[in-house]
Amino acid sequence: MRAIAMTRVAALAAAVALVAGCSSTSTTTDGGADGAATNNAATAQGADGSNVTAGSFAEVAKLRTVFYFDFDQAVVKQEGFSDLEAHAKYLSNNPGATVRLEGHADERGTREYNIALGEQRANAVARLLMVNGAGSNQIETISYGEEKPAMLGHTEAEWALNRRVELSYTSR
Amino acid sequence: MVNLNQFKSLIFVLLWAPLIVKAELVVEVTQGLSEPTPVAVVPFKWTGQGALPEDVAQIVDQDLSRSGLFTTLPRSAMLSLPSERSQVFFRDWRMTKSDFLVVGKIEPISATRVSLRYELYDVLKEENIMIQPLESDINQLRDAAHFIADQIYQALTGNRGAFSTRIVYVTAEQLTSQTSRYRLEMADWDGNRPRVILESREPIMSPSWSADGKKIAYVSFETGRPSIYVQYLATGKRERIQSFSGLNGAPAWSPDGNKLALVLSKDGNAEIYVLDVTSGQLQRVTNHYGIDTEPSWAPDGESLFFTSDRGGSPQIYRLFLATRQMTRVTYEGNYNARASMTPDGRFLALIHRSGGSGNRFSVAVLDLKTDRLDILTETGLEESPTIAPNASVVLYATQEGNQGVLSAVSLDGQVRFRMPNTRGDVRAPAWSPYLY
Repeated sequence: MRAIAMTRVAALAAAVALVAGCSSTSTTTDGGADGAATNNAATAQGADGSNVTAGSFAEVAKLRTVFYFDFDQAVVKQEGFSDLEAHAKYLSNNPGATVRLEGHADERGTREYNIALGEQRANAVARLLMVNGAGSNQIETISYGEEKPAMLGHTEAEWALNRRVELSYTSR
Repeated sequence: MVNLNQFKSLIFVLLWAPLIVKAELVVEVTQGLSEPTPVAVVPFKWTGQGALPEDVAQIVDQDLSRSGLFTTLPRSAMLSLPSERSQVFFRDWRMTKSDFLVVGKIEPISATRVSLRYELYDVLKEENIMIQPLESDINQLRDAAHFIADQIYQALTGNRGAFSTRIVYVTAEQLTSQTSRYRLEMADWDGNRPRVILESREPIMSPSWSADGKKIAYVSFETGRPSIYVQYLATGKRERIQSFSGLNGAPAWSPDGNKLALVLSKDGNAEIYVLDVTSGQLQRVTNHYGIDTEPSWAPDGESLFFTSDRGGSPQIYRLFLATRQMTRVTYEGNYNARASMTPDGRFLALIHRSGGSGNRFSVAVLDLKTDRLDILTETGLEESPTIAPNASVVLYATQEGNQGVLSAVSLDGQVRFRMPNTRGDVRAPAWSPYLY
């Protein structure tokens, strides 16, 4: 478990660096990605708190597929890290598998800004998958901005659920 | 005083009319000037057989009162119904406290054409201000009425009228829990004569008028991904002009009609590009890892305003295209977006988050001369401000209850109207340029 924990830390550091706008690929990123990619039997903390291995799709199906964001932010919250790692490991182990990441925003602010924000969110999730071993050719991103809210209504409760990235498998 | 050919050229718009929608927006003035100018518009006398398809004087009356600058005299309060000078007794109109009087007459020319003649009087001075004859097809009387209202508005305010202009907007109706119907629609400025330009099960965004009023650029997700399309209003013909991977959004026509500013993320994140429409040449004009979006041309076409979060929160920046010199324009508050400039270059209308980190997103106007920012609306979920070509009002989208509706406010905040709709959400309004 120690090795896995190290991998996770490296991957997170790399992801944070990327999210913060570092466009060059640092050695930390490579180390993290390599570590994740070679660790095929890795396990991660599932959404329900149980340890799941990323080997079978039945296990992946139990993982969290919606990841939430703060207002005007595109930083993946820590609560989503372990599930995203598990998704990444499944993708790494199954090169034929592909995911679609849909980025969304709440209705506040302007539509075109929100669609760019939704794209940043989808890209942030995509980077976390990639530094954990998923290939860029396995990930498709699209942003809908505020055009497709999950919840109707105009309070913080609905807005929080609308600021999201939805991950879905387009091929197993 | 008025060129009749101007009116004739109005006829061009929308010979192509695939679908008339029943649902219609209506203008409801919620606040007018504190001392509006009183005008009486007398029903125009019709000398032909049968009834005309439109009540021309009523449309003129509505245009004037919906501007918020005038109050109009109800027909029931009129003491006489003159149609020409010889029948006008100014005392009748002084008694009803009308400062100005409009009378008119419509005569048949053929089965399909009529001639109109209207006269505008100053009641207090007992003087004629304007007499104008014009001709119209019987099925274009509404256009004729808006044209007449434009002339009267200009004669009485000194500003050009915008009653002959049109708006486009997007409507969204949820059909089932999984499906919605999106429509790009166009209507007269007052919501009348709505027509569907495009219908889709996927979102439609960001309609933008070309400067000549003949084309609309917009974003459609109909293929499952966002692409920018240009559609010709006269024929309905359209072309997909940008469809890179990632964002293809926020199209904005340059004032000379030769260029389209737009947002692409094909190089990694949202950046602003300028597309030369004739040569197809695409030039990237911003370069930052933050969001750069919502380009909007200054009226002289030499600079672009845009929204960027490069400073940590969305703010308005201005980019001079020839020199690539860039300046930050907004500093007040932590959210300023989607700016557009008034035709005189003095003001920016934009969306401003008011009350610090509060949840009110208001229409605001920034005076570029004094740097004063005035918040014009209080509802809180405003977006997509679009300025009427005569700068009389800013039209915007907002929420009323659980419905997306259009509302408008004048730049000085004195005139307000809303455009309630019968069903679905209405959003993303774009006001046309002058069409004649």
